[in-house]
Amino acid sequence: MSNISSTFNRLRKNSEGALIAYVTGGDPSPKYTPKIVKALVEGGVDIVEIGIPFSDPIADGPVIQASDVRALSAGTTPTMVLNIVRELKKTIETPIVLLTYYNIIFRKGVGRFLEEASKSSVDGIIVADLPVEEASEYKEYAEEKGIDTIFLAAPSTSSERLEKIVNMDSGFLYLISVFGVTGMRDHVAQLTIQTLKRIRQYTVNRIPLAVGFGISKPDHVRTIISYGAEGAIVGSAFVKIIEENQNDLPILLDRLTKYAREMKEATKLIS
Amino acid sequence: MNRITYEYPKDGKYGRYGGKFAPETLMPALEELEKAYLRFKDDPEFKKKLKYYLEKFAGRPTPLYYAANLTGKLGGPKIYLKREDLAHGGAHKINNTIGQALLAKKMGKTRIIAETGAGQHGVATAMACAALGLKAEIYMGAEDMKRQRLNVFRMRLLGAEVHPVESGSKTLKDAINEALRDWVTNVQTTYYLIGSVVGPHPYPMIVRDFQSVIGFEAKEQILAQESRLPDAVVACIGGGSNAIGIFYPFLEDKDVELYGIEAAGEGLHTGRHAASLCAGSEGVFHGMLSYVLQDENGQILTTHSISAGLDYPGVGPEHSFLKSIGRVKYDAVTDEEALEAFLQLSKVEGIIPALEPCHALAYAKKLAEKMGRDEILLVNLSGRGDKDVEVVANRLGVKI
Ligand SMILES: Cc1ncc(COP(=O)(O)O)c(C=O)c1O
Repeated sequence: MSNISSTFNRLRKNSEGALIAYVTGGDPSPKYTPKIVKALVEGGVDIVEIGIPFSDPIADGPVIQASDVRALSAGTTPTMVLNIVRELKKTIETPIVLLTYYNIIFRKGVGRFLEEASKSSVDGIIVADLPVEEASEYKEYAEEKGIDTIFLAAPSTSSERLEKIVNMDSGFLYLISVFGVTGMRDHVAQLTIQTLKRIRQYTVNRIPLAVGFGISKPDHVRTIISYGAEGAIVGSAFVKIIEENQNDLPILLDRLTKYAREMKEATKLIS
Repeated sequence: MNRITYEYPKDGKYGRYGGKFAPETLMPALEELEKAYLRFKDDPEFKKKLKYYLEKFAGRPTPLYYAANLTGKLGGPKIYLKREDLAHGGAHKINNTIGQALLAKKMGKTRIIAETGAGQHGVATAMACAALGLKAEIYMGAEDMKRQRLNVFRMRLLGAEVHPVESGSKTLKDAINEALRDWVTNVQTTYYLIGSVVGPHPYPMIVRDFQSVIGFEAKEQILAQESRLPDAVVACIGGGSNAIGIFYPFLEDKDVELYGIEAAGEGLHTGRHAASLCAGSEGVFHGMLSYVLQDENGQILTTHSISAGLDYPGVGPEHSFLKSIGRVKYDAVTDEEALEAFLQLSKVEGIIPALEPCHALAYAKKLAEKMGRDEILLVNLSGRGDKDVEVVANRLGVKI
C-alpha cells in the first residue's frame, strides 16, 4: 500500500481528515523550502504538496502566480525541487506530492521525470493540465515506479468522466471545489457541498476524496469534512503567509506552523 | 506520405501533435463545444447565416490581386496577393470571429471572451459581437496595449470591454493565460473565442475550418484568372491561422509548394525572435502539444517581433504536423526584412500591408529570385498596415 493510502487509513481510524498543504517549491528561494516543509509538518500537516514552478500557471490565481514568479526569479528548476524532496525524505515520513504543469514533465521526458521522482521518493504527482485522455503514457510510467497519480475532478465533471477518472486515479482524488482558479474564498459555496455529495458517491470505499481551491479557514475545513471529504487541501492561504513574511524567516516558519495547527485541529471530528 | 489533411482529427491529434491538455474544469466545455460545432458546421441554416455575414458584413470574397508592379520590380514569377487586408476590420481575423460568434449564439452563450495581441483579433471579435448582439470582453497584454493604442480605442468604440493583462511578459501569451483563467471561472455562461489555430482541441480544427475560406476562394480565383494552380504559396505564421487558412485547400496538391514564415525578430541567433517552428522544440503549452519556445527546464520564453501579431511562443499543432511530414517548409525573416517589405509594397503597389504579412512578402522576394517568369507565386496579405503606421514611424525616427 502506498504511503498516501496508509496515511488516509490511519487518519480514518482516528476519525480525522487529512490536512494537505501546498507550497511552491523554491518560494521565496530554494534554500527556504526544506525549512518551510518541516514547519508545516510540525504544525500537523498530513500530506505536503510541493509545486514545481511553471512560467504560465493557467489554473492558478494571483497568489500562486506570484509565488511561481518568486520561485523562478530565485532560479528554481525542476531538478532542484526533486533534490529538495530527496533530502527531505531522508528525515520525514510525511507523504510528499508534486504539483506541476505537464510541460515540466514532458520537457524532461515522461519516463525520465518519473524515474527521477521515484529516486527522490516522491509519493504522488498532480498535473494541473493533464486530463485522463492524455495521461496513458504518464500513468504507465508512474505505475511502474509506484508513484500515485492524483487526478482532478470539477463541478462540471460528468458521471461518465468521473468513472474514467476514478479508474485512473490513485492516492486520493482532488476535487476542485468551485468554477475558478486557485485562491482564497470567504466561505464554502453551496455548489461545493452539492458537488462533494455527488462525487462522493463514486469515490466512497474506492479512493479518498480531498477538496481544494478556496479552503482557507478552519470553518471551511470542518464543513467539507462533515460532508464526507477525507482531506482538505490548502494552498493560497499558506502561500500568502510566505509572501507576507518572506523577509523574516523565523516569523514565517512560526506563522506557518501555527496556521497549520489551527487548520489541522479542524480536521478532527468530534463524534 | 500517408495522410495530409485531417478534416476531423481523431482525439484532436494531427500526427502526434495537438490534443487536449486542459484543466479538468474545461474538459466538459471542450466536449460541449466539439459536439455543437459538429452539429452546426454542415447545418444548412448555419451555413447560410455564415455565408450571409461573410459576404454582406465582412466583404467576402476578397480579391486576388495581380501585383504587376512588384512582379516587374522583382523580375521573377507572377505575384498574386490574396487581399485579406480588404476584409472588414482590415485582416483575416473576421472570418473566424463571425464563425465562432455564430456558433456561440447557437450554443446559447451570451458572454464572449477573447485574447488579442496586435488587437486585430480583439477588433474582429468586437465587430462580430456587436453585429450579433453579444457582449465581448477582450484580454490584452499591457505592453501590447501601449504599442497598439489605436486598436484598443477601436475595440472600445465597438462596445467591447478591454482588460489589461499585467502578468508575465504582458503580451499575447499572458492574454491567453488570463482568458483561460476567466473561462475556467465563468465556463457555464461564457464562450472563449480564441483567435488562432491554437489551444486545446477542437479549437485548432474550428479556427482552421473558418479560415480555410481564404484558400478555397484563392484556389477558385487563381484557376479563373490563370487557369492553373500557383507554384508556391507563402503566408506568415503567428499562431498560424491565416497560413493554415490559405494552405488547407492546397495540401493535397503536391505540386504547390507551401511556405510558412515566422518572425525572426532581431535574428534567430540573438534569441530575440518568435520562431517556434524554426527555433523551438516540442512542448505542451496552452492546451496543445506543439512546437514552443522554451528553456531547458520547460519554462516558456518571452518572444520578440516588430509585429505584435506574431509575438507568440507557440504555434498551431497542425503546423507542427505539416513540418514533421515536410509538406510545408517553414522559415523566418527578421524585423528589418519585414520593414523593408512594408516600405516596398506601400510605394510600389499602393498597398500599406500589416507588419505580419510583411514577413511573407519579404520571404516571397527571396523566393522570387529562384523562380521563373512563367511561374506563379501567391502571397497571403493577411492584413492592412494602418495599425502599424506609428510603430514604423518610430522605427524610422519620424515624428508624426
Ligand atoms: C494581419 C495579421 N496577420 C497575421 C496574424 C498572425 O496570426 P495567425 O498566424 O493566426 O494568422 C495577425 C495576428 O494578429 C494579424 O493581425
